[in-house]
Amino acid sequence: MTGKVRIAQLSCGPEYSGVQKEIEDAAGSVDAEIFFPDISLKEIKKSFAEFGLDVRSPDLKLAIARAKALVEGRIEADAVFIATCFRCAEAAIVRNELRHYIASNSKLPVVSYSFTERTTSGTLLTRMEALTTIARRRALLARERQEGLTMGIDSGSATTKAVVMRENEIIGTGWLPTTGVIDSAEKVIELALAQAGVNRGDIQAVGTTGYGRFLVGDHVGADLIQEELTVNSKGAVFLADTQHGPATVIDIGGMDNKAISVMDGIPGTFTMGGICAGASGRFLEMTSKRLGVDITELGPLAMKGMARQVPMNSYCIVFGTQSLVNALAAGSSPEDVAAAACHSVAEQVFEQQLQEVDIKEPVLMVGGTSLIQGLVHAMGELLQTEIVVPPYSQYIGAVGSALLSSGFLKER
Amino acid sequence: MAKIFIYPGTSLILSDLVARFGHTPLGAAMAIRERVQTAGFESPPLQITPEEPKKGLKYAAVEVPSGVRGRMALYGPMIDDADAAIIVNEADLSFGCMGCARTNELLVFLVKKRGIPVLELMYPRTDEEGIAFVKRIRDFLENLGRKE
Repeated sequence: MTGKVRIAQLSCGPEYSGVQKEIEDAAGSVDAEIFFPDISLKEIKKSFAEFGLDVRSPDLKLAIARAKALVEGRIEADAVFIATCFRCAEAAIVRNELRHYIASNSKLPVVSYSFTERTTSGTLLTRMEALTTIARRRALLARERQEGLTMGIDSGSATTKAVVMRENEIIGTGWLPTTGVIDSAEKVIELALAQAGVNRGDIQAVGTTGYGRFLVGDHVGADLIQEELTVNSKGAVFLADTQHGPATVIDIGGMDNKAISVMDGIPGTFTMGGICAGASGRFLEMTSKRLGVDITELGPLAMKGMARQVPMNSYCIVFGTQSLVNALAAGSSPEDVAAAACHSVAEQVFEQQLQEVDIKEPVLMVGGTSLIQGLVHAMGELLQTEIVVPPYSQYIGAVGSALLSSGFLKER
Repeated sequence: MAKIFIYPGTSLILSDLVARFGHTPLGAAMAIRERVQTAGFESPPLQITPEEPKKGLKYAAVEVPSGVRGRMALYGPMIDDADAAIIVNEADLSFGCMGCARTNELLVFLVKKRGIPVLELMYPRTDEEGIAFVKRIRDFLENLGRKE
């Protein structure tokens, strides 16, 4: 696809919340344009009645009618952005139903967002970038095999990872906590290259992802700089060998969480949340610190404990830590506290995010937190399914980047 | 005998009509009775605990207020289970009500989305309308019996 990606906006309230410009700026920064599907008054009444959700707000009626026009092909778009006010119950119902309706009746990538007057274009950027990538780079995302000698770098908020791949095999990895963005990237690159036994000059293509993707991408002259929603989906289905058919990818990160519903390796609907650190890997890091164990020991410890023995609700990291301290002071065992912390994080992700994507098996857990056995176990119990943790799951973004960057293969 | 979801769910008249014509009404009374009679709960008056809004997540996302999700925990499984539904629009408060306009919107939508036979009626305001109202319900329920 050349030219701008056209994103249809279905919304209620952004103009009056003062955030319409932020939405347009976010789209503009990834070379996309927002447009409002034009439909007649007659169509609005008809489509709204046919859809059957009898809402009172006329702007929501208009959003429903616009969604129908998109699904029925009367109006063309490359992607859909649904946005309504945070805390509006009626809008929350509509947002949810429209997302399901569009995802199950069309191939349009769709993302929804509930905004406040504080929403900025920066908050929306990763979502917009993922939407446009799915629309613009379907051919690239369809890549199933890594070719040549490529490297992927994932500059995350908590850790930086690098992977070197040759002809569909991982031959070198590097992993370090993120301190300085470029410094950490340089160090993990050296680790991965050393393990792979190759020189930097031999690498034929490089891809970067994660929060520091632009900075690191510029620094190393990356061929592909890509947000983590599409890259992680691709890495997950590649490593789990589930490139065809449906899958659900869950990534509980250091700063935010992603839940992605994938079909044939391409994301359909996704959510990205984690305003509160209580539902993130950060809380588990704090728990292990308080228990005096290394984060790698937290998972096995949690497997020995009973989550229900300790009341813990980490909706907020401060309150979560308070429960943790109280439980230890009351004599709870470190095993039970570790299990409760894992359960609490899993429960929040389940309640806050997984309801917004259609969970289809296999469910893949990826990212560093997928190595915490107790967390995977808790999530499996909540979803009543066996969770798949693919090999190299902590390197998922780097693997996805190395795989996709081989689409830009060149002899250096 | 079919399972008929009634809307408004608390309508005893509607529930009685469905039962009189030989079908099983699915309404609030059953779900509430189940909770009120379940031993071990300490959450008066309806014995609904914070678990109910969590169960309601199957029907409404987390941003939807807990009261809507709590109601959906009661009514959602009934909609899943129903063979047909009777919807009475703009009913008088005394006829029965769900107490929440947002829940009303979602319930009616989910009933229609299921694609089961639905009889949609306006609440009768005169005697003549009342007679026609009962007749239409009777015909609908008898037809369901015939189809079976």
